[in-house]
Amino acid sequence: MSLVHAENLTKTYRAGDVDVQAIKGVDFTIEPASLVAFVGPSGSGKSTLLNMVGCLDHPTGGTLRVLDTDIARLDRRAAARFRGEHIGFIFQDFNLIPVLSVAENIEYPLLMVQAWPADKRHARVDELLEAVGMTEQADKRPDQLSGGQKQRVAVARALATHAKLVLADEPTANLDHDTAYRILELMKRMRDEFGTTFIFSTHDPKIMAEAEVTFTLEDGRLTNHRGDA
Amino acid sequence: MNRILKLAARNLARYWRRTLLTSGLIILGIVAVLLFVSVSGSFKAVMVGQITDSMLGHLQVHRKGYVASIDNLPLNLNIKPKALEKIEQALQALPEVEAVSPRLKFGAMFSNFTETTSIRLNGILPEREMAAMPLLAERLVAGSMADGLVEPGKLLIPELLAKGMKVNPGDTVVLVATNIDGSVNGQTFVVQGILEAVTGPGGRDGYLHMDDARTLLRLADNEVNEIAVRLKDIDTLQRTAAQLRAALAGVVNPQGQALLDVHSWDQLSPFANIARMIDLLDLFIRIMLVGIVLIAIMNVMIMAVYERIREIGTIAAIGTPPHRILGLFLAEGLLLGLVGTLIGTALSLLLVYALNLWPVSFAFGREVVVLAPAIAVGEVLWIGLIVVLVAVIASLQPAWKASRMDPITALRHV
Repeated sequence: MSLVHAENLTKTYRAGDVDVQAIKGVDFTIEPASLVAFVGPSGSGKSTLLNMVGCLDHPTGGTLRVLDTDIARLDRRAAARFRGEHIGFIFQDFNLIPVLSVAENIEYPLLMVQAWPADKRHARVDELLEAVGMTEQADKRPDQLSGGQKQRVAVARALATHAKLVLADEPTANLDHDTAYRILELMKRMRDEFGTTFIFSTHDPKIMAEAEVTFTLEDGRLTNHRGDA
Repeated sequence: MNRILKLAARNLARYWRRTLLTSGLIILGIVAVLLFVSVSGSFKAVMVGQITDSMLGHLQVHRKGYVASIDNLPLNLNIKPKALEKIEQALQALPEVEAVSPRLKFGAMFSNFTETTSIRLNGILPEREMAAMPLLAERLVAGSMADGLVEPGKLLIPELLAKGMKVNPGDTVVLVATNIDGSVNGQTFVVQGILEAVTGPGGRDGYLHMDDARTLLRLADNEVNEIAVRLKDIDTLQRTAAQLRAALAGVVNPQGQALLDVHSWDQLSPFANIARMIDLLDLFIRIMLVGIVLIAIMNVMIMAVYERIREIGTIAAIGTPPHRILGLFLAEGLLLGLVGTLIGTALSLLLVYALNLWPVSFAFGREVVVLAPAIAVGEVLWIGLIVVLVAVIASLQPAWKASRMDPITALRHV
């Protein structure tokens, strides 16, 4: 069973009086435990596609199934529940909660989204801290961390609930090349360790080369596909 | 709940200046309300106590029509012995009644042998009057009550009259009164004491023994025209008044009409209007507090939501249920209200305590009122509860907005 399956997927926005078709009939399939990149220039529809796969937005046409669930059928609450259970997010600006420590940021989805018991929570946080190499910084606040460290924490937070799918919109855009590669290495390692599928968007050619599967988007259409998806 | 409160507390600490300012505003509001309530309550209690415990009593019984013509102090509306007996029996049957004092009020001419003026007098039974008016003795500014409130052949006169007529305790004066039949009778009296004037009806009256009043007025019967009643607890006033009215409804004149009226102190004293004004001010200041808390919290919560739109987008994107986001912001409002209430209440209680250590006094008319502010636990809890409730209500709209936020729009917010 594929993890994500899109068929003739479209998305149209209303911008003032004009309808803007951001995604124009896209078909793709993503298998579990893969490292997938959606690449393309700004405005090509990468973020829109990622938002739909992440149940943050609804398609206006076609079919999109994530973990065998028809995304179009989920209302606001059900979509939030689905995201909380199955999907992790990594953001370009890291988006860590500034009043929480590193450990608490990782713990947040376990506590506020899934309500795990304390002992299981702490064990999982320790496991992830070690996995992303942030054990020493567990008690630090986000403003005491470097960009790379923040993104490591974000990766750990995205994986906390054993998400099957982690979506990362331009995860390396605010990082230097060395750090960006290290984050991609971390994603690969986490994929290998936990079997998680990482889907990220980028327009950096060097970063996209690291992905095992690449979908190229141009003006809302898939124009190229590399790798086994 | 605990985790939400913990996170809310951290978010409040994160904008500590704003939190401090908002809490300060709530604290100020609470202190203003509690101080006003305690000080105005003390003023009311002192004044009501003075009026009821030194002049009026809590309730008064008169013949119908007497109160309407009380300025003339008519003697043709006296309560006859038979009716008086029924009243005394009705009062004895009420367990709420502590003491009863029959009075014979009349007007007279007061002469010091060189000058003459008018005086309002109360013929009283000293022991019963003392029991019904425990503060009357405290109004004595000159003279003595060592042998009773007022001895036969002696007078207690108001301070203003004593000063105006240059009369001192021990001086002999003449009272001339018009009797019920229109004849005039005069009698000499010795001034036993001088009473401090107090605000309200009867506050500048003189007192003499009931027997002397009857002799002066040439009344053969045991007639009175006012019965002052003191209750054990003023809170039972309206209930007891209603019971007494019901009990006296059967006392009728030969035409079968009700003979007697029962008035509570607030129907007799103009201070009741001042007391009502104080209650109204009290209400306004509470409404102002609600307004302050509502605007302050709403303002701070709207700002909190606006400044954390991306953060709200993040937590919504990673799956935080909308009701939990709502709870998070409501908890911030709740904590703000709670902290403001606790500090404000503690500060208010300290100030009330300080005001009792160093009492404030001020002149009210010719009286010096010494305030002893106090506030009931129930009042403190009630005000605290209102503030906390308003704080939560004020957070509701911003919290609702945060919980309904579209994650994509929120994440794009700059």
